[in-house]
Amino acid sequence: MIEIRIHGRGGQGAVIASEVLADAVFQEGKYVQSFPAFGVERRGAPVTAFTRINDKPIRIRTQIYTPDHIMVLDPTLLEVVDVTAGLKDGAWILINSAKPPHTFTFPDRYRVATVDANAIAVKYHLGPRNAPIINTAILGAFARLTGIVSLETLCNAVRAAVPINPEGNVAAVKEAYEQVIGDGQ
Amino acid sequence: MRKVVTGNYAVSWGAKLARAQVIAAYPITPQTSIIEKLASFCANGEMDARFIKVESEHSAMAACIGASAVGARAFTATSGQGLLLMHEVVHWAAGARLPIVMGVVNRAIAPGWSIWTEQNDTLSQRDTGWIQFYCETNQEVLDTTIQAFKIAEKVFLPAMIVLDAFVLSHTSEAVDIPEQAEVDAFLPPYRPPLKLDPEDPRAFGALVLPGEYMELRYKMQKAMEQALSVAEEVDREWGERFGRSWGLVEPYRLDDAELALVTSGTVTGTSREVVDALREEGVKIGLLKVRLFRPFPHQIIREMLAGVRKVAVIDRNISFGDSGVFAQEVRAALYHADKRPPVFDFVAGLGGRDIVPETIREIVDYTVTHDAPTEEFTWVGVKI
Repeated sequence: MIEIRIHGRGGQGAVIASEVLADAVFQEGKYVQSFPAFGVERRGAPVTAFTRINDKPIRIRTQIYTPDHIMVLDPTLLEVVDVTAGLKDGAWILINSAKPPHTFTFPDRYRVATVDANAIAVKYHLGPRNAPIINTAILGAFARLTGIVSLETLCNAVRAAVPINPEGNVAAVKEAYEQVIGDGQ
Repeated sequence: MRKVVTGNYAVSWGAKLARAQVIAAYPITPQTSIIEKLASFCANGEMDARFIKVESEHSAMAACIGASAVGARAFTATSGQGLLLMHEVVHWAAGARLPIVMGVVNRAIAPGWSIWTEQNDTLSQRDTGWIQFYCETNQEVLDTTIQAFKIAEKVFLPAMIVLDAFVLSHTSEAVDIPEQAEVDAFLPPYRPPLKLDPEDPRAFGALVLPGEYMELRYKMQKAMEQALSVAEEVDREWGERFGRSWGLVEPYRLDDAELALVTSGTVTGTSREVVDALREEGVKIGLLKVRLFRPFPHQIIREMLAGVRKVAVIDRNISFGDSGVFAQEVRAALYHADKRPPVFDFVAGLGGRDIVPETIREIVDYTVTHDAPTEEFTWVGVKI
């Protein structure tokens, strides 16, 4: 089983990202479960969402405490949330940032990657310029790093899930897929 | 069609496929997305139903009562405080013998304010005369919603489908959504023998003198008793048509078990994982999931638990001054059994505190290391 935790701020689309990822993986024949942190969501406040992926039915019904990978939708969260809590060795830490991965300090047991999802989202007019919706772009980067889902399936899932500007979102997925920078790359 | 949906949307799809004709509802977290989805189905023409916005949950149920009385298939959904505000007319719906179906998302009761899961809201409706189902997965939620209409309309009692806040209501997973034609073949239109009709005037809800009232209650109880076999039959038919059935209760690895966990709702899924892990370690443990809580399947539970040496009930609720409610019911059911295993009761996960595998292992360890309970129930994980 693969467990993924997404850290974002209310309004960035973390919960939708967890659902779109689950839907895409489901389209490739896997069992999935996605859910928000069972909390009260407010715009701008830290939010967490989760996705589980498995080859057989998923019966466990708890929050995710030891994720295999994490996504951080806003780098300022690193100052207020312990994003690596329970994170497994070898995990990818994918951060939405214009800075290269080595500018972030994490223990060597993790792999760090960055993508400038804000710039990509602004380019394709996803949400307002001062608060772009970056959830689709970050998934493109995540798909590239982990190979958990193919780019094509992810694009189809995004197209099906997004009510406004689906093609802009698909373009953002593809651009982030190309642009993501991982450790040592 | 297989689709990834939340537990709440599974309820909405169930009500849509059942062709509910009147939906009257008031929003409350974490139920709101059930009725949002239904409102959207109605607005975009995917569903031919009258959606009535009301000013409270009490009004929501009152509107459903009116709709059901004229012979319409009526549906609502609520949660926590909303269900409590509705309470007076929850009784009324059952006493009027109206087969209304309601989705209820379990939410802990204030104060302190909570939006998280706990069963006290629905268990406090135990004696209202409503059929109650507690669900483990989104597929079960969808299937049970449709089944509930059929059962309710056969016995003329209303039915609740209960799902845990967030752990099921806001969790997305793949659900098989049946074709409308298949559901239509399973669930014919509702045609009550008596209804509120100006062309054929009758009195409803009149004063009933002591000479007759008790007979009305006798008939409600008989209908509840009948609901047991009807629920079984409807679930069997569902299985034949759709290839899945759920049972009134479900035993899991119980055949040669010495210790039986008794669970309801989503705790069941996590408990299955723990049962499998403990079996690997050589512990003879199994599980009995209680899906139907009212009417309570005493006889089946007696038979299923007769062979075990110990029973451990996990209660995500508390009856203050007594114990967990499921344990009360299980103990009462076992009282008339020839062999009565000791019943341990564990109150855990109140107010949405996560019940993780370690919580369940703690419960098992306690049960294994004690010959019999030394108290009515045991708190799990209280930080005092």
